[in-house]
Amino acid sequence: MSDSQPPKTPKPPESSQRAEGTAGTGLTATDIGALDRARAGEAGEPVTVGVRSGMWGPSLGGDTSGYGGLEKPILFPGAAARPYGEYFDEVADELERALVGGSASFDEAIEKVVVDRGELTLHVRREHLLAVARALRDDPALRFEFCAGVSGVHYLDMPGEELHAVYHLVSITHGSRRVRVEVSCPDADPHIPSIVSVYPSNDWHERETWDMFGIIFDGHPSLTRILMPDDWPGHPQRKDYPLGGIPVEYKGATVPAPDERRSYN
Amino acid sequence: MSTHTTDPYATSPLDEEMAEGAHVFNVEGGDWDDLVDEATSLHEERIVVNMGPQHPSTHGVLRLILELDGETVTEARAGIGYLHTGIEKNMEFRTWTQGVTFCTRMDYLTPMFQEAAFCLGIEKLLGVTDDIPERASVIRVLMMEMTRISSHLVGVGTGGMEMGATTVMTIGFRERERLMRIIEMVTGLRMNNAYIRPGGVVVDLPPGTIDAIREMIPQIRQGIKELEDLLNENPIVKGRMVGVGVLDLAGCMALGMTGPVLRSTGLPHDLRKSAPYCGYETYDFDVITRTSADAYGRLRVRFDEMYESLRIIAQCADRLQDNPGPVMVADKKIGWPAQLALGPDGYGNSLDHIREIMGDSMEALIHHFKLVTEGFRVPPGQAYQAVESAKGELGCHVVSQGGTRPYRAHFRDPSFNNLQAVAAMCEGGQVADVIVAVASLDPVMGGVDR
Repeated sequence: MSDSQPPKTPKPPESSQRAEGTAGTGLTATDIGALDRARAGEAGEPVTVGVRSGMWGPSLGGDTSGYGGLEKPILFPGAAARPYGEYFDEVADELERALVGGSASFDEAIEKVVVDRGELTLHVRREHLLAVARALRDDPALRFEFCAGVSGVHYLDMPGEELHAVYHLVSITHGSRRVRVEVSCPDADPHIPSIVSVYPSNDWHERETWDMFGIIFDGHPSLTRILMPDDWPGHPQRKDYPLGGIPVEYKGATVPAPDERRSYN
Repeated sequence: MSTHTTDPYATSPLDEEMAEGAHVFNVEGGDWDDLVDEATSLHEERIVVNMGPQHPSTHGVLRLILELDGETVTEARAGIGYLHTGIEKNMEFRTWTQGVTFCTRMDYLTPMFQEAAFCLGIEKLLGVTDDIPERASVIRVLMMEMTRISSHLVGVGTGGMEMGATTVMTIGFRERERLMRIIEMVTGLRMNNAYIRPGGVVVDLPPGTIDAIREMIPQIRQGIKELEDLLNENPIVKGRMVGVGVLDLAGCMALGMTGPVLRSTGLPHDLRKSAPYCGYETYDFDVITRTSADAYGRLRVRFDEMYESLRIIAQCADRLQDNPGPVMVADKKIGWPAQLALGPDGYGNSLDHIREIMGDSMEALIHHFKLVTEGFRVPPGQAYQAVESAKGELGCHVVSQGGTRPYRAHFRDPSFNNLQAVAAMCEGGQVADVIVAVASLDPVMGGVDR
């Protein structure tokens, strides 16, 4: 298992961009220009969400000791190109049609469309989230009437888009079709419009994401902590949240916090 | 019962001015009428009652904040978070395989569903969904359906106990014990099993399991029948449950309700049918619905679902009989290396495996060590997998950064979402109906707070 390659290359889903997405790019850790281009999210280019360093196998050179400072970019699947496959094209077409005449067109509202592992993700610009959510819920051809909540993800190494809110929508009308809506905001300005007015069920889910990640959902009826105590400082599931080490002392040394221990990654 | 103007246990009110002069009563048993007399003597118009977080009928540590006008609930709010243990954060510091032992502890009445959702999510990330051996999928279905019955039995049983019907609880737990025996026989544990693992299940069924299951099915059916005879047409039960905790289809859709609560409104939405996983599309069973949309309808949905689960279990037993196949994915880079065997002290590495890694093959030892201590790597990306838990849609959102641990694992617990309906179900009703309405949601705080 010392090999840095994934144990098994995922099978490309029927539609997929994935095979050329990860395998075809010759990105290396030192190729910073490529990283920047990847971050811009050109069609098909994988997106770099960070750099992993640590103990690596022989695929990145002869050093198998793990102490050579080996680094590897973390590549998420990039924007997909048409056709997306399955029902994804239909959803995208219908959304494009439903957004006509609204506050923003499809291209303005949707940053990119990602198809990966048989799942459709719409990356929505935060200022247009409400319009997109309303279209997804109300349009008869879309009818994503069920929102299974929001999940926060903190990408430390994505400047300007550290915090992501990921919504999972289901259309019961159209046979449990699913679409994932992903919205990002910078850590310095952690505001995302609340979609509680569209999906009332998101009330507690948004409170949880505020509690755990510090994303402020503007327009939420009462954005208060829900799992942590009211007076708790900080947002525990952020990656930069300080973790306490165990103050067990042995000959002057203490046990470090879990994120500072030497470990496989 | 006593009146304190300075309550040592009270939390400090956010608005001291508003709380100025408020009277606080602590009720620790005793006669409710005494409290009512005491309160009425103060000529207070509204009473705010804190029910829980330590109250026998709040399903664990749920805190209900009720504003009362006499016996009528004018406002109801649910306070949660008392059982938050940071499981999702903890999982970020364990390997993918170890994560199973954490998420199984979320909703402790439905451990198999969390395990299944998490493992199916990982398998989607790995791209091995189609490589999971048939037998492993059948065992997963078998375990999930047994868990569904045991969860429903506890839901019905504790719900009955909260209404004062102790027999319902004892019968429910007695029947659950039959399932627990089989689950323990297979996994070694009654709950917190960590049995379903990425790539399959941890160990094959021990000899005699299928016979034990076949023996159990009629007994459980008999037990459920007994509960049904006791409850279905019982005038007290109907008096307490019919028309109580009503939430119609529009309300359910708005509040994102799933599971028996949604199906009690007549919408046959069941992920096992509409978005099958683990081969559910190949089993013969019906989705149960009712149209009354109240606590009684949910009770009947749960009863009928247990019979459907028994049908599925019988089909699983037949399939397992004919299919000796492996129970772990063939890819040695993912599958757990140890072949477990039942020894005198429980499950452990089989002697053959120990002989091989200690005596014969250095490479096998290294492989075992690396895979167990370091784990396998999962290609970067994200996946969402939903399964139909006993309580509704249980979703798992897993994000990998290519490492041996999850970058993020989020669980959408059905109880967490469903508790949002407490206000809609209880306001305008009686205090006693709050208990019935909450019990009909069947929330488990371990899952709600995670």
